[in-house]
Amino acid sequence: MPRTLDPTDVPTVLGESDIARQGRRVLRRRFVTVGAGLGSLAMIHLWRLAGVADHALCAIGPLASPSDTYELLATNSQIPRHERLRSDSGSTIDAIWGWPGYALREAVEDSHPGSAIQALTEPVLHEFFTPKAGQVYRSVDREAARLGWSRVHQPGWVQMIRRAEGGGYWILAESLDDGPIAIAAEHVHVAIGYPGVQLLADLQQFRTDHPESGFRVANAYEAHGYIHDELLTRPSTVLVRGSGIVASRVLQRLLDDVEHNGAQTTVIHLFRTYVSDAQGDSPFFRRPAGNGFAYQPFNYPKSSWGGQLRARLETLDGEARAELIDGMGGTNTAPRRSWRRQLKRHEGRGTYRQMHGVVEKVVPTSDGVRTTIASADGTVATVDAAYVIDATGLQADPTTHPLYADLLARSGARRNPKGRLAVEPSFEVTGTRSGTGRLYASGAMTLGGHYAGVDSFLGLQYAALRIADDLAETGALPRIGPARSARGWLGWARNRRYDSNGVLA
Amino acid sequence: MTPTLLGRIQTRWVLLWTIGLAWVLVVGPFLPLAGPSVGAVWLAGFRTLLIVSIVGTAWEFVYHGLQQLRWDKDWPTLFGLLVGLNEGAVAYVLLRNGLPLAIPGLTVAPFVWQFGTVWLVVWAVSNGPIRVLFPRWRFAGGRFW
Ligand SMILES: Cc1cc2nc3c(=O)[nH]c(=O)nc-3n(C[C@H](O)[C@H](O)[C@H](O)COP(=O)(O)OP(=O)(O)OC[C@H]3O[C@@H](n4cnc5c(N)ncnc54)[C@H](O)[C@@H]3O)c2cc1C
Repeated sequence: MPRTLDPTDVPTVLGESDIARQGRRVLRRRFVTVGAGLGSLAMIHLWRLAGVADHALCAIGPLASPSDTYELLATNSQIPRHERLRSDSGSTIDAIWGWPGYALREAVEDSHPGSAIQALTEPVLHEFFTPKAGQVYRSVDREAARLGWSRVHQPGWVQMIRRAEGGGYWILAESLDDGPIAIAAEHVHVAIGYPGVQLLADLQQFRTDHPESGFRVANAYEAHGYIHDELLTRPSTVLVRGSGIVASRVLQRLLDDVEHNGAQTTVIHLFRTYVSDAQGDSPFFRRPAGNGFAYQPFNYPKSSWGGQLRARLETLDGEARAELIDGMGGTNTAPRRSWRRQLKRHEGRGTYRQMHGVVEKVVPTSDGVRTTIASADGTVATVDAAYVIDATGLQADPTTHPLYADLLARSGARRNPKGRLAVEPSFEVTGTRSGTGRLYASGAMTLGGHYAGVDSFLGLQYAALRIADDLAETGALPRIGPARSARGWLGWARNRRYDSNGVLA
Repeated sequence: MTPTLLGRIQTRWVLLWTIGLAWVLVVGPFLPLAGPSVGAVWLAGFRTLLIVSIVGTAWEFVYHGLQQLRWDKDWPTLFGLLVGLNEGAVAYVLLRNGLPLAIPGLTVAPFVWQFGTVWLVVWAVSNGPIRVLFPRWRFAGGRFW
């Protein structure tokens, strides 16, 4: 993590002399994306399409590959390379066009039409095709190499982004190779993902109060492979909390180990909200549910990425917008047949049991954790488990990340109706314009704006496209029209690399 | 796909009168049972495109209505292919019996070749290749403007 700067030591509007006084090495880049994760990859992809050369480009972030953070979180939450993700074939993070999609590519690679047929008949005859994690990482590596990522990537942590005198921004950062730097940028894009992992409050308290037993509770996004390893060695009970996609994945891992690897685990699954019936009163807006879970293939209805629901959300503001986002999203999981069948099997055998209630107390025992639950039926129950896995979530509060906190406190950024960073439909961060310069953001922290699927491959690409269009409108970049788009696609399809002038070789 | 009503209608007209028209003009005369003369094939193809555009616009309202019953408000790829059956049947009846656009002496086999191949090509293009030229199209629910 970056060394923290005292925000009050740094003027809200910075001049060259302030930077000189700080003794920072100065870089000048017209277009900078902060984070260097998947959101930055989508942005650089579009900036390259618009013809931006190396000397005007920079992606700053701590990790070498744009998919590093993603892979870490996915692997922790039990999606290894051979497992499938939750987005569809056309959500190709390596290419804005989404064609050929991951399904067609898998069919070609495997010389087997199965996945392509699945994509043609989804979701009528088959479940939605979703790509394997490994395939997505390979596509990211190929695209990063093609974009010249290593030439424009600056390893480092950004400490602050402040307005520059005369327009544009100063990005103050700690580079990983040579200390403090300052990047003078005209346009900045911020995609730094989630501020962190968020453990449920009662479990966080448990960890603080009982550090010696802290390892017995884990957030599913943290490395918790040791739990799965230990469960193979002795009969145990595990409590899983949460009912979203990550809970599904963790349940699958636990029960797969029972079925195939000799684990003798009993899984207790606690729902805070148990969804027994379809949600919604209107036949035109009713989400299927079953066995406690709210079911939908993706984390929002498919059309919120580019159809009716996207159009509708764009017209809403304030509370009404937050309400629609919550109605379409919230906690839900994919209705995969294999998962539903597995849970049924284990319910029958007593190795999987559901509970519905609110946790009152979590205390250590000699060999685990005792959870006291106020059940929905009015009784109080206790569950003794060797481990508790919290599958509820990631940190959603932007102020827990120093960079967002600083933008909110000192650069004029505001919160949206969902408490996150307010952005315009163009993804410009509201209230932060600086002369001709613009500051944009995409990804999870912009949820609550005019687009629901912001934290997804397709959402990151949509944001990047809107940003490129907005910059084109100001004249900063040429617009990506049909001819430019087709040339770019040909370059992508033939794996032609961009040279340092931003020209396809 | 996740079309909006306007997107459906725009996509139908744009694709039929670009890809569809090119197909009719270039490939149409070489299709099996194409007809006595190139001129006749083109005229028949032109009328077919016109019927499929006009009547199809009405169909889009029906599809849009059905789409409202789907939680995801999406229109599966397979539906896009299969609705060619009902549309083809209605178009055939209209072209045989109908009004100013009728094609004299139309029989089933040549119609199936003409209509069927146009439908397939337009369907295939709308399921991917179109985005090579129009990357915003899929985010805009199928609208071009
Ligand atoms: C487990 C999991 C599974 C998911 N599965 C899917 C899926 O199947 N399909 C889908 O479409 N989406 C999926 N998503 C959602 C989304 O696509 C990913 O979260 C994606 O990685 C978000 O990209 P990002 O650029 O916002 O963040 P990241 O890819 O996480 O990149 C952000 C980067 O910013 C860096 N950073 C943080 N602070 C700073 C700083 N101060 N200075 C510089 N750099 C900083 C971080 O180190 C990180 O590398 C999933 C998310 C998770 C967590």
